[in-house]
Amino acid sequence: MFTIRKPLLAAAGALLLTGCQYNVLSPQGWVGEQQRDLLILSTLLMLIVIVPVLFMSVYFPLKYRADRENTSDYDPEFEHSNKLEAVVWGVPILIIVVLGYYTAVYTHRLDPYRPLDYLDAGEPIEVQAVSLDWKWLFIYPELGVASVNELAIPAGRPVNFSLTSSTVMNTLSIPALGGMVYSMAGMETKLHLIADSEGTYEGRSAHYSGPGFAGMVFETMSMNEDEFNGWVENLRAEGQPLTAESYLALEAPTMNDPVSYYSSVEDGLFDRIVGLCVAEGKVCMSDMMMSDMHGGGGLAGIADGAAYSYDRERAIDGFGRSIDLPEVEWHGGHGDDAGEEGHGGHDGHEAQDMHDMHDHGSHDDARLTAPATLPHAHGAAEDKDMN
Amino acid sequence: MASEPTTQIVETISPIFGRLTLDWIPYHEPILVGTFSAIVLGGIAVLALMTYFKLWAPLWNDWVTSVDHKKIGIMYMILGFIMMVRGFADALMMRAQQAMAAGGSEGYLPPHHYDQVFTAHGVIMIFFVAMPFVTGVMNYVMPLQIGARDVAFPFLNNFSFWMTVSGALLVNISLFIGEFARVGWLAFPPLSGANYSHGPGMDYYLWALQIAGVGTTLSGINLIATMLKMRAPGMKLMDMPIFSWTSLITNVLIVAAFPVLTATLALLTLDRYLDFRFFTNDFGGNAMMYVNLIWIWGHPEVYILIIPCFGIISEIVSTFSGKPIFGYRTMVMATACIMVLSFIVWLHHFFTMGSGADVNTFFGIATMIIAVPTGVKIFNWLFTMYKGRVRFEVPMLWTIGFLVTFTIGGMTGVLLAVPPVDFQLHNTLFLIAHFHNVIIGGVVFAIYAGVTYWWPKVFGFKLNDTWGKRSFWFWFVGFYFAFMPLYALGLMGVTRRMNMYPDAAWQPYFIVAAFGAVLIALGIASTFIGFYVSIRDRKALAVGSDPWDARTLEWATQSPPAPYNFPEDIEVVGREAFWHMKKTGFKWSGKYAPIHMPKGTATGVLISAVALVFGFAMVWYIWWLAILSFVGMLAIGIGHTFNYNRDYYIPSDVVTATEAKGATA
Repeated sequence: MFTIRKPLLAAAGALLLTGCQYNVLSPQGWVGEQQRDLLILSTLLMLIVIVPVLFMSVYFPLKYRADRENTSDYDPEFEHSNKLEAVVWGVPILIIVVLGYYTAVYTHRLDPYRPLDYLDAGEPIEVQAVSLDWKWLFIYPELGVASVNELAIPAGRPVNFSLTSSTVMNTLSIPALGGMVYSMAGMETKLHLIADSEGTYEGRSAHYSGPGFAGMVFETMSMNEDEFNGWVENLRAEGQPLTAESYLALEAPTMNDPVSYYSSVEDGLFDRIVGLCVAEGKVCMSDMMMSDMHGGGGLAGIADGAAYSYDRERAIDGFGRSIDLPEVEWHGGHGDDAGEEGHGGHDGHEAQDMHDMHDHGSHDDARLTAPATLPHAHGAAEDKDMN
Repeated sequence: MASEPTTQIVETISPIFGRLTLDWIPYHEPILVGTFSAIVLGGIAVLALMTYFKLWAPLWNDWVTSVDHKKIGIMYMILGFIMMVRGFADALMMRAQQAMAAGGSEGYLPPHHYDQVFTAHGVIMIFFVAMPFVTGVMNYVMPLQIGARDVAFPFLNNFSFWMTVSGALLVNISLFIGEFARVGWLAFPPLSGANYSHGPGMDYYLWALQIAGVGTTLSGINLIATMLKMRAPGMKLMDMPIFSWTSLITNVLIVAAFPVLTATLALLTLDRYLDFRFFTNDFGGNAMMYVNLIWIWGHPEVYILIIPCFGIISEIVSTFSGKPIFGYRTMVMATACIMVLSFIVWLHHFFTMGSGADVNTFFGIATMIIAVPTGVKIFNWLFTMYKGRVRFEVPMLWTIGFLVTFTIGGMTGVLLAVPPVDFQLHNTLFLIAHFHNVIIGGVVFAIYAGVTYWWPKVFGFKLNDTWGKRSFWFWFVGFYFAFMPLYALGLMGVTRRMNMYPDAAWQPYFIVAAFGAVLIALGIASTFIGFYVSIRDRKALAVGSDPWDARTLEWATQSPPAPYNFPEDIEVVGREAFWHMKKTGFKWSGKYAPIHMPKGTATGVLISAVALVFGFAMVWYIWWLAILSFVGMLAIGIGHTFNYNRDYYIPSDVVTATEAKGATA
């Protein structure tokens, strides 16, 4: 199935004239290689039409220029030909049919959501990538460690990314390994990549996200098992614990952050990040949706608006400085502004509305009114996986 | 080197000035102060000269308040060229920044500026350069091509133009009062929402586009009505010249797509002003909805820009090959195909948002299918030249440049339509190179071709050949220098919109691209020098009404055409009406009836001026002024309905005299 790869590789290699890394043409992982093959295959298919068109675009006007010596072939009535019409519709249609076939095949094969377990590579490793303002947080749930602006992966093993964002849209892009997928707040997206061999590849956010965007760069270090284990050990030895509190400190907007390490990760933190409910007093997105499915909070829920307000917490000017916003007044209390005194600053007004989402079955008719201090349900965010 | 938040800006809203304070005047920015001084000095000079030469009354009476589609068309082109200079200045700034900011260097633009510059560049080039260009050419040429006196609603046409100007002015005001948006030209939330784009920049964006959008939508309705109701007697729809056909299809797209933009921006406005939560993260808002909606407008928009350009190229290829267009019916069908397909491909702008493989496959293949009718058009132009007599005049140079460049851009476009390829190239400089390849190679080259082609019709003299050729070669070569390096960078995976980058190996490519931008700058300069030289030498360059031996009806009029276009109705026979008239030795009767004409009115420019005030007031939260100006707009509009002095007759002896003068010219 992949026999065309060798000559294509050679063709791509010929383009590597400079010391620059043409990551898209000489990728370092299976996904990127497949995408490169399709890129070159599509280009060759189109050149079947493009080359003659480019040739004719220059040749026809020169050959039929008005001051040519012999104008006896001038045919001012030539404005229609069924044969030519058949060719100009037929050939492009045929090419699109072929290209469409390959598109369908490859799009399904390379669906970013599709795990790479059919590759017969090693055991996949899970990485939860969170785009923050303006840095990347990588959580290794199986290993219980996390890093900022540095991604280490074991070479030859598939990497299962779960992506989300704390505020605005970003895109996790490691061109040497393959394609990208958006990270969006309140949602979890998936990306599966693999690095075939050891090496260091640049990664960044590929979707503009604000003034610190250009600094959201990180090194992707593909290592052998031993090095990788050593890297993890180093995190455990040198890092700080990543708790809800230290996450909220990390989440504050900063630019051009250095690499930093976390030795442990609080249980369920990623799900709470996806649910936008790391700060105490916030209702997780999944719980809000559940509440909505049961009719929402109704008028009584208005008082608990602050628990659903995730964005109000920061606004930044063009230099990454935060701007003080007018405080939002809610009927039942005041908005949690998540400043230094912010988290845990909630006092009481929501207590009477507490519901445990896990027994929502018994509240089918009840209008769930803004469970503002709801315990964050583990795994509750899963049903918002975009797929 | 992490920078912590340092200062806190506390915002107060005054009842009189809203949130506008002196802090928002960027008097500490040398670039802006310099630009502002230049504009003020230049402005004073222009005003003084106009006063000296007593040009105020003619300007007001003959241009500003004119409802003549030809004058409005010319004014659209002037707006396009002026805004092109502004948008291109942004481009030069970006190219200079990226040529410098490698490997730890921060360049000369902090993100606060750089991000405004790329946002303004995109917004200006699409909405206030490309749109006025295509609207201007359609406005001028289409009514002449179908043998009409004017558009269906002449006042509306004037109003549409001035609303577009108001939008453009609002964008330019943001340069000196406040800031512009820092969100990218399509302003995806949540970044563009109230919480992450707090300042007035994003509001400038919203109100500028909304005000200009009113003009665009109304203009679309106007031109459709014109083509459906005002064709010369005997001209069937399938007799319309290709340019008129592409105009019709473009305006259908405008009327179908622009309301989507208006609604989407209105929802975002509600989010920002009244705390609605359509696109926020909180309270169950969904930013993905915005991304879908904006591209449901955005994809047809690129066809709104390119389809009239296909029409321009068709006219030029046919005229300069001395042949009818090859495959007229196919041309119309292909354009109609593109119109329909352009509405079912929007998702290809965000394959990377996590849709399933089936959805991505559908939109990928739908996009590729558009390549078929587009390819057919290119083949038809080639076969029009085949067995023709091709004259290498300047419009034809632009056309060949168009064919070559647009074809390459089309190919990279199909590449981006293949979802797995797009996963890699999405948001890279490959994408930037692609769309500049089709917008410059397609729209700009075609507009330049059209301007050179129709200039003698509009002004009665040809453009200077030498400067026209210089302009072409600078643009053409400059384009390849500016954007081929971006393709290469895209294949390295380099992301767009980075104000600095760590990898110094990219820098040589950015320097080559900056050099290309300088070449394009020389091309633009050559254009303006060419205009100046040609106007100076207009006597020597003067030509008759049909300098290119053309085939369509606009060339049957005098050059420049009289206000009434055609002195009497023409019975149109067949497709190439003017060609037929020339072959059959057509002569005007010489006995003309008085001609019924619409009168100019200041209502359009007044409403638009008040709309500008309204937009400004909304941006700065000056509520009293917003209310006042909104009521003012309604009042002027309603007042206009009581104006019964809307038309006049050109007496027959004046028509006879005008026609006699044209015949001897």
